[in-house]
Amino acid sequence: MTGVTAGAVAAATARPPGSRRTSRRRARLSETLVGYSFAAPNLVLLGVFLLYPLGLAAVLSFSRYSGFGTPEWIGIGNYADLLSDAVFWRALANTTVFTIATLVLSLGLGLALAVLLDKPLPGRPVFRTIVYAPIVVSGVASGLIGVLIFDENTGVVDKALIAAGLPAVPWQSNGTAAMVAVILMTVWGRTGFNMVIYLAGLQGIGPELYEAAELEGAGAWQRFRSITFPLLGPSTFFLLIMNVIYSFQVFDLVFVLTGGGPGNATTMLTTFAYSEAFTTRMQGYAAAIGMVLLVLMLAFAGVQWRLNRGRDVTE
Amino acid sequence: MTAATEQRVRTRAAAPARAGHVHSRRRRQRATTIVRFVIAVVVCVVMAFPFYWMVVVALSPKDDLFSTVFKLWPSRLTLDNFTGLFASYDIGTWFGNSIVVTVFVTVLGVVVNLLAGYAFAKLRFLGRSALFFAALATLVLPVQVTMVAQFRLVTDLGIYGTYWAVILPTAATATGVFLARQFILGIPDELLEAAKLDGAGSFRLFRSIVLPLCRPLIAVLVVLIAMATWNDFAWPLIALKQDFLFTLPIGLLYLQGQTTPDFTQIMALALIALLPMIVLFLVLQRYFVQGIARSGIR
Repeated sequence: MTGVTAGAVAAATARPPGSRRTSRRRARLSETLVGYSFAAPNLVLLGVFLLYPLGLAAVLSFSRYSGFGTPEWIGIGNYADLLSDAVFWRALANTTVFTIATLVLSLGLGLALAVLLDKPLPGRPVFRTIVYAPIVVSGVASGLIGVLIFDENTGVVDKALIAAGLPAVPWQSNGTAAMVAVILMTVWGRTGFNMVIYLAGLQGIGPELYEAAELEGAGAWQRFRSITFPLLGPSTFFLLIMNVIYSFQVFDLVFVLTGGGPGNATTMLTTFAYSEAFTTRMQGYAAAIGMVLLVLMLAFAGVQWRLNRGRDVTE
Repeated sequence: MTAATEQRVRTRAAAPARAGHVHSRRRRQRATTIVRFVIAVVVCVVMAFPFYWMVVVALSPKDDLFSTVFKLWPSRLTLDNFTGLFASYDIGTWFGNSIVVTVFVTVLGVVVNLLAGYAFAKLRFLGRSALFFAALATLVLPVQVTMVAQFRLVTDLGIYGTYWAVILPTAATATGVFLARQFILGIPDELLEAAKLDGAGSFRLFRSIVLPLCRPLIAVLVVLIAMATWNDFAWPLIALKQDFLFTLPIGLLYLQGQTTPDFTQIMALALIALLPMIVLFLVLQRYFVQGIARSGIR
């Protein structure tokens, strides 16, 4: 409604040639009003439900707060506690290991599958769909399927290993094995996404380059190394950013598959923050963990921003 | 005459050699295709296995899970897990809750993100870039950063214990604004200028020119938002504590949290939760892939 009137005002004021400067200023003002009224519903929701809580969380991170009553200001107490909390360091290390492992595996696999399924192949649409399909599975469901596959008592993998006369893997009692299970289920869900981005990138590489290289006698591996991989640089860079963001925020799958265990072998910063907030009810402490998580994400975003300054990411 | 014969002779002589070359090349190509096909089959068997196993467990008798025998199919097919599931839990309510939340978030999300996308793409106003950037930056904001404060906020607003506690905080997304702005940027300015000269205001421009062109965008937004909401877990886990408000992912967790969790029933429910997404995916696969390829954001 305001859009209509403001637009009409803009149209009406644009006509009289007399005082051009004031009318132009008024037109600009009205366009600003219109702009804000279109963006408002979104900005109000983001402001009220994300930015305000973000500010409040920053305040809470300097408080002792159980979730009820008034938070008590304790300065940097929570942050000081974090520095001497072994679980925090473990969660930070786990998150880093998990992020690097899922990044390398799912990007490598995504690229390999994109190259494999780029050129015509009988049944190609079916293959692509199957690789891509796990993307619709919720983190909770993948975690539960992961339990059925990797459980050391009822899981199908260990049953198969025993049937083949091999030793069973203690997926629940061994920390490394538990982490491997989490990583594998994540890679299962993520590879299709990476493949799609790489496939889109491959569309942009003209066949002339390959023909020329073939005439020069370059083998398949050489063509991949000197043409495909360098020209997919932008896709790789983009996927690097997205995969780090996703991996750093992993929660659902870990929460359901391992609950952070055994011990704290698969505790991530996110699951650590959750249990501090809603199990031990140290919500100020949980807010401080959240702030660390945020600072790490922003630092990463800042680094990629600097590296990518030549390119406009928002365009 | 002699030249023609000479040439014919030369051609005939060269032909077998060339044919042989083409032949070997084609054979090599066929070998490559076969190798590629075999690799693709192996990879896809692995990728499809979790889906297969989910279905197998959901249709197996409970004893299969605890038998130590390695078997890749049910000892007998049964629907007991589904009937048991529906007898013990109010699955209909959870399913209905998922539908309500998904429909509300999707409709609200499409509307607010489209409007904002138009503003950020086609209207010039003070602070536009800064605001767009702020909206985009929420992409790197995990819910675990704000959950404690959000929990307090929804309690203070008096919407804790209602669907709104989930709907309102998830409706506006960085993904949605980004996609909408990208798409609307592609609408030529000349089209809008022409209508503006005819005296159309911004709202009419939006409704009569931008909106009709945005159909593919809306399809992509619907698909991505609906999927994200249907599968959403971390925030609903905090905001929906009463079992009559549970969405399906929270219901799944509730089943897993029982003293003796029944994984055959859990897989039955997981399958029920997955089916609408599989249907949506198969029908609108084009938009899934388009949306993800264009934004790179799930």
